[in-house]
Amino acid sequence: MTAGRARGDLGTDERVTEIDELSVASTHEIRQETMVINMGPQHPSTHGVLRLLLELDGETVLSGEPIVGYLHTGIEKNTEYRTWQQGVTYVTRADYLSPFFNEVGYCLAVEKLLGIEAPPRAQVLRVLFCEMNRIASHLVWLATSGMELGAVSVMLYGFREREQILDIFEAATGLRMNHAYVRIGGVVMDLPEGGEGRIVEFLDMMPGRIDEYERLLTKNPIWIQRNVGIGALPAADALALGVTGPTLRAAGVPLDVRRDEPYCGYETYEFDVVTRDAADCFARYEVRIEEMRQSLRIVEQCLDRLREPGPVMVEDPKVRWPAQLEVGPDGIGNSQRYIEHIMEESMEALIHHFKMVTEGVSVPPGEVYVPVESPRGELGFYVVSDGGNKPYRVRMRDPSFANLQAVSQMVEGGLVADVIAVIASLDPVLGGVDR
Amino acid sequence: MNVAELAERVRARVPDVAVARGEATVLVERDRLIETLGTLRDDEELRLDFLSSVTATDWPGREPRFRVVYELSSTEHHHRLRVKVGLPEDDPHVPSVTGLFPTANWHERETYDFYGVVFDGHPNLRRILLPDGWEGWPLRKTEELGGVDTRYHGAFIPPVDRRTT
Repeated sequence: MTAGRARGDLGTDERVTEIDELSVASTHEIRQETMVINMGPQHPSTHGVLRLLLELDGETVLSGEPIVGYLHTGIEKNTEYRTWQQGVTYVTRADYLSPFFNEVGYCLAVEKLLGIEAPPRAQVLRVLFCEMNRIASHLVWLATSGMELGAVSVMLYGFREREQILDIFEAATGLRMNHAYVRIGGVVMDLPEGGEGRIVEFLDMMPGRIDEYERLLTKNPIWIQRNVGIGALPAADALALGVTGPTLRAAGVPLDVRRDEPYCGYETYEFDVVTRDAADCFARYEVRIEEMRQSLRIVEQCLDRLREPGPVMVEDPKVRWPAQLEVGPDGIGNSQRYIEHIMEESMEALIHHFKMVTEGVSVPPGEVYVPVESPRGELGFYVVSDGGNKPYRVRMRDPSFANLQAVSQMVEGGLVADVIAVIASLDPVLGGVDR
Repeated sequence: MNVAELAERVRARVPDVAVARGEATVLVERDRLIETLGTLRDDEELRLDFLSSVTATDWPGREPRFRVVYELSSTEHHHRLRVKVGLPEDDPHVPSVTGLFPTANWHERETYDFYGVVFDGHPNLRRILLPDGWEGWPLRKTEELGGVDTRYHGAFIPPVDRRTT
């Protein structure tokens, strides 16, 4: 009854005036307040499951706090319950866009504890796959940033080229990601038949494609407006906040673990450490584009070195994985020939296989910290052994984790729309952040 | 500066320096931590001005039980140094280094989250990777892998070594 009368009353002039006054008053009140909103964890621009707590005054961001942990899977704890070799399959899953870097960092740390070094050819293969992986990772960054800022064709192109890299990975390791290709003492196996050819094809195709991305974006007025002068992070702040990788180099600091503390023979490769001085989103874009070109340069040098044949795993039977592996339909597995050998021909081989698979390697007690340069910055492995056949502690210093802390500073005072550009320019991978 | 020279230089400031596998490690008392890190950061030849990582290790039955581990590096000279602080089981408190290195903020929160090490003076010492209401310190050696209530329709997954296929 009452409601019916109220609706009827709305028709009168008097009532309408009342409502107008009311809404004007309430709008005025809202203006006094700030608004707190959650961006994510389910948001297409948050690169996974990042949640941002934004405090807004209209379109202006007053504060932004990243909240993480939605993808925590206890990788570090898990490694303490598996053998040293099994650790590889855990750490590779942390930052899922740069699995080879996780594997290389972990294996270098364990090798340092063991006091061994992978054979030269294995090191070349590690560099080769890492640099291919860097290109793939930067392509995902380019594709997703493009999509988030409205350049959808760039997304399609980025994923198209990345697919070709993943095809090469699949041919060599059996899997598109989480390869477990790098092992303690070397790599699982050499490149497959015709593998070099596919990489050469990719090397021929890719420079033209990078030029194409640049033609689409570098002088694109929208791209420039969305990126130039956005998300500034000067060098001093970046260093204080522990930011590394392209984000730091875009602030003019030429820090690169490959150059400063070379591993896997990086000191013998020719490449430039790319820097820019603007310290904004556009500078980060320029750095990553140029880094892809540098990675292609390194891959080319790797192919030259691969003409020299050689072992890809240390000879020591107490360290090397006993099985001969091959790529099957669902990844890497024991070769048929090897299974025949241990099951039918040699009892000793079977005992050795059993011992290595169940018990694994014993690593002398000690601790090491080994950094590698992942696509996102310094990926460090702090690994402790108590002398047993399992790691006592594995801590991954993931660059995304450290870099994300800078988000607050970069978004404050900017516009909501710039938050998207800022996160994109940091290129965080939440699998690495949360581990 | 190679690692022996680095160790020598550090030894002039902090006596307890060890070198193993080409890496230098310093042990300090927790009440001297801030002072030591400040000195190492500002020393002209050392310039250990970048904090890569903070974490801890747990050694039940040993005294001290916890070791908090700081990985420092120099952006100028590209050398590294590890600083470790021992903490007793009944009093796992250590001063926060966020005043010297803002990046320590999240690293210390993670260490608190995993080990229950309390960083005194930290601006925002809350859990970071685990939910706020989580009980226990999962990376302590006394905690098993798994064995937590999944909180989904009351389901419970026992630790791996107690599972019956």
